[in-house]
Amino acid sequence: MKNITIGQYYPTDSVIHRLDPRVKLFGTIVFLVSLFLTDHYLGYAVITVCLAAVLKLSKVPFKMLLKGLRGILILLLFSVVFNIFLVPGRELVHIWFLSITAEGIRRAIFLGIRLVYLVIGTSLMTLTTTPTDLADGLEKALRPLNKLHIPVHDITMMMSIALRFIPILMEETDKIMMAQKARGADFETGGLLKRAKALIPLFVPLFVSAIRRAIDLANAMETRCYQGGEGRTKMHPLCYQKRDKRTYCIYAGYLIAIFGINRILVAFQILPFLFA
Amino acid sequence: MAIELQHVSYTYSQDTVYEMHALEDVNLKIGDNECIGIIGHTGSGKSTLIQHMNGLVKATEGAILYNGKNIYDSDFALPSLRRRVGLVFQYPEYQLFESDVFSDVCFGPKNLGLSEDEIRARAKKALEQVGIPESLYDKSPFLLSGGQKRRVAIAGVLAMEPEILILDEPTAGLDPRGRDAILTLIRDLYEKRKITVIFVSHSMEDVARYVERLIVLDHGHVIYDDVPKAVFAHYKELEQIGLRAPQITYAIDRLQAYGLRTSQIVTTVAEAKNAVLEWFAQ
Amino acid sequence: MHFIKGRNVIHDFADTDENEQERVVRAIAGIDLDVKEGDFVAILGHNGSGKSTLARHLNALLKPTSGTLWVDGMNTAEEENKWKIRKGTGMVFQNPDNQIIANVVEEEVAFGPENIGVPTEEIWKRVEHALEAVGMMAYRYHSPNRLSGGQKQRIAIAGIVAMRPKCIVLDEPTAMLDPTGRREVLQTIRSLNQQEHVTVILITHHMDEVLYADQVFVMDDGKIVMQGTPKEVFSDVEQLKSYGLDVPQVTELAYELEQCGFPIKKGILRIEELEEELAALYQSGFRIPKSK
Repeated sequence: MKNITIGQYYPTDSVIHRLDPRVKLFGTIVFLVSLFLTDHYLGYAVITVCLAAVLKLSKVPFKMLLKGLRGILILLLFSVVFNIFLVPGRELVHIWFLSITAEGIRRAIFLGIRLVYLVIGTSLMTLTTTPTDLADGLEKALRPLNKLHIPVHDITMMMSIALRFIPILMEETDKIMMAQKARGADFETGGLLKRAKALIPLFVPLFVSAIRRAIDLANAMETRCYQGGEGRTKMHPLCYQKRDKRTYCIYAGYLIAIFGINRILVAFQILPFLFA
Repeated sequence: MAIELQHVSYTYSQDTVYEMHALEDVNLKIGDNECIGIIGHTGSGKSTLIQHMNGLVKATEGAILYNGKNIYDSDFALPSLRRRVGLVFQYPEYQLFESDVFSDVCFGPKNLGLSEDEIRARAKKALEQVGIPESLYDKSPFLLSGGQKRRVAIAGVLAMEPEILILDEPTAGLDPRGRDAILTLIRDLYEKRKITVIFVSHSMEDVARYVERLIVLDHGHVIYDDVPKAVFAHYKELEQIGLRAPQITYAIDRLQAYGLRTSQIVTTVAEAKNAVLEWFAQ
Repeated sequence: MHFIKGRNVIHDFADTDENEQERVVRAIAGIDLDVKEGDFVAILGHNGSGKSTLARHLNALLKPTSGTLWVDGMNTAEEENKWKIRKGTGMVFQNPDNQIIANVVEEEVAFGPENIGVPTEEIWKRVEHALEAVGMMAYRYHSPNRLSGGQKQRIAIAGIVAMRPKCIVLDEPTAMLDPTGRREVLQTIRSLNQQEHVTVILITHHMDEVLYADQVFVMDDGKIVMQGTPKEVFSDVEQLKSYGLDVPQVTELAYELEQCGFPIKKGILRIEELEEELAALYQSGFRIPKSK
C-alpha cells in the first residue's frame, strides 16, 4: 500500500503547485485524451517531452514517481506480455505454440507507455495538489451537476474526510493486528478460508472504531455549525489567475499539436513506411 | 524464567528521511515475580521497548535472550514467547471483537491449541481474576462500561497464562475509581499469581505507590533502573527530561527548611504523614 | 445575568442494558445550573456521572427531556436557536483525532468560520488570531496527522476560537493526553479565559485541572452534588472520595493531619499553602504526643 503515489501530496512550492486545481484536473483529462489518441512513436515523443517538462517544473523527484509505478508493475508486465504474444500479425519469432508479431510488439510498447504515463500523469496531479484543493477544485468544476441533483459538495467533503482518515485507520489496523498477534492470532499461515477467518478479529474492531470515529466527527462538525455546502464561504476561494488562463492556452496548443501530428502522419501515410 | 535485552537498538524507517532511533543500546534483565513500572516522555521509546519483549518488533541491533536463548535465532519458536510474555496494548478494549465476553477471552487460549475444557477453564479463571461476574459472561462486550471492557480485554491476555504480563498505559482514560481498580488488579497478579508485571505509566503518584522497580526512558536510552525511591531522589534530573517526582515529594522537601527530617525520600502520602507526625512529636 | 441558566434539567435516553432489555436511563436528574459570563467553570465527576451528557446540552447537541436550559438567553429546546447557540458556544471533545476535519492546520481552523459564512478576508484574520492565541502559528501549513495529541487539541481549540464564541465547552479534553499535552491544553484554556474573556466550561475527572476554576460543580448520578470554589469543594475530602474522585496529594495529607488533630485549615490545594500552614503551625509551638 505504501507504494501507491496516487493520492499522496508532495509539499513544495512550484509553478505547478500554484496552479488552480481545476486547471490541473482539466490538464490531466487533456493529457489522458492525448495518450489515447496517439498511436505512433512521434506522438509519444511529443508527449514525453511535455510530460518531462511538467515534471521538471513541478519539482517532484522522479524517484517518487518511480516508486508509484511499482504498484502497477504486475499489471504492466501482464498486459505487455499478453499483447506481445496474442496480437495477430506478421510473425517474427515462433516459440512452441506462441508467436511474437511485429504488431504485438508495437501494441505492447504503446500499451506499456500509456499505462506508465497514465500513472505518472495522475500521480503528478495529486502530488502537486493538496487533497483539500483537489476537493475544492472538483466541487467547483462539477458544480453544474448540482442541477441534476447530484450532491457535489457532499461527495467532495466525503472525499476529503476519507483522505484525512485513511492514514489514521491504517495506523489503527497495524495496532490492532499487533494486539491480536500478542493474543496468538496468526494472520500469515493457512489456507484461504483460514486466513479469511483470521481477519475477523482485525475487521470487527476496526469497523467498530471507524463507526465511533464517524459519530465523533459528525458531532464535531455539527458543533462547528456545518450545515452542508449552502452559504459556506472559503478561506481559499478558487479564482483563476493569469497563469491559469495561460495554462489553458497551452492545453489548446498541446491538443492541436497532438491532433496535427496525428493527421499529418496519417495524411502522408508515413505509418506504413515506418513499419514496412 | 528471565528476559534479557542486550544492547538492543531499534531504528524506524532506517535509511530514509524519517529515520528515527526509538531505542539505543538498551540493556535490561527482567526476572521472576517482579513489579516494574516504566516511565518516560511520549516518544521516549516506552511502547517500542515493550513490543520488543514479546518479539512483536524485531530489534535492528542487539539480542534478546529468553531463558538464555536468543529469540532471533532461526530455531526459536516465537509463538511460544508470545504465550509466556503477555502484552496488553493501550486502550485494549478496542480489540474486543467476539459476540460475547466469554468467547472473547477464549480467543487467546484457543490460538494456543489447547483442549476445549482447558480453554474454558482458563477463560473462567482469568475473568474471575479481573473481577468480571459470571452473569456477564454471555453478554456482548460492547454493552459493558469502559472499565469493565478494559478488564475483559486484560483477561483475554491473562487467559494465555503468561509468566510476564506487560501493560501499555493500562489506566489511560479511566477515572480515579477505574484507575485504582486496574492498579489493584495488577498488584494482585504480582502478589497472588506470582507473575512478573510490567506497566507503562505517566503518573508518578501511581508508580510510587505500586511498583518495586522503576525504569526511566529518555530518547530511547534507559537512564534509571532502580527502586522508585532511588529514582525519585533524582527528581531534579527527571525534571530536565520532562518528568517529575510525585507532588508530595516536593511538599516534604520544602518542609525540610523548617526542620522536618526524613531518613529517606518521601514518595507517598502515607510516608509523608508519618514524617510530619514525627516532626511534630514532642 | 447568567450566561448559562438551567432549571430542573432532566435528560432520559433509551438504552439496552446488559440483558439486552430496553430501559430508560436518566443521565441528568434535575439540574439547576448558573454560570456567569467570563467565568472559568469546572465540572467534575466520575465516568457515567452525567457530565458529558450535560456538556452536550450546552450547545444544543442534546435537548432536555424536561426542564429548561438557556444559553445566552436562548432556550436550547427551540429549534430556531440551535445554530445561534452553536455559534456562540463552541465545543472541544475528548479524542483529538476524531474532531479534525481538514488536512491542513489553517484550513481546519477556518472550517467553523467558513460554515457560518464569514467573508474570506475576515477568515484569514480570525485564523491567524486563533492560531496565535493557542500558540500554534508555526504549524499553520502542517498536516494535523503528525502533530502530538496536545497540539491537536490546541488546533481543535483554535478552530472554536476562530468562530468568536462567548463560551467554550471542553469535554474531557485531556483524557487521552500525556502530562505535557495536558499542561499545554490547560495553559491554553486558562489564557483564553483570562485574555480573550471567553467563558470556559471544563469537564474533567482530573482534580488538578480544576484548581484555577472560579467555580466547581461536582456531579454524581446525574445530579450536582457539590458546588463552590475549588477551596470549598476540596474542603470535604471524604465526600469527594465517596463520589469516586481524587484530591491532590497535599490536600489529602492536610486532611489526614487534620484527622490526627492538627488545627489545619481546610481546602489546601497547593504545595505552598501546605508549606505555609505547617511551618506556621510548627513555629507556633504546636506539638503532638510522641506515642502517635
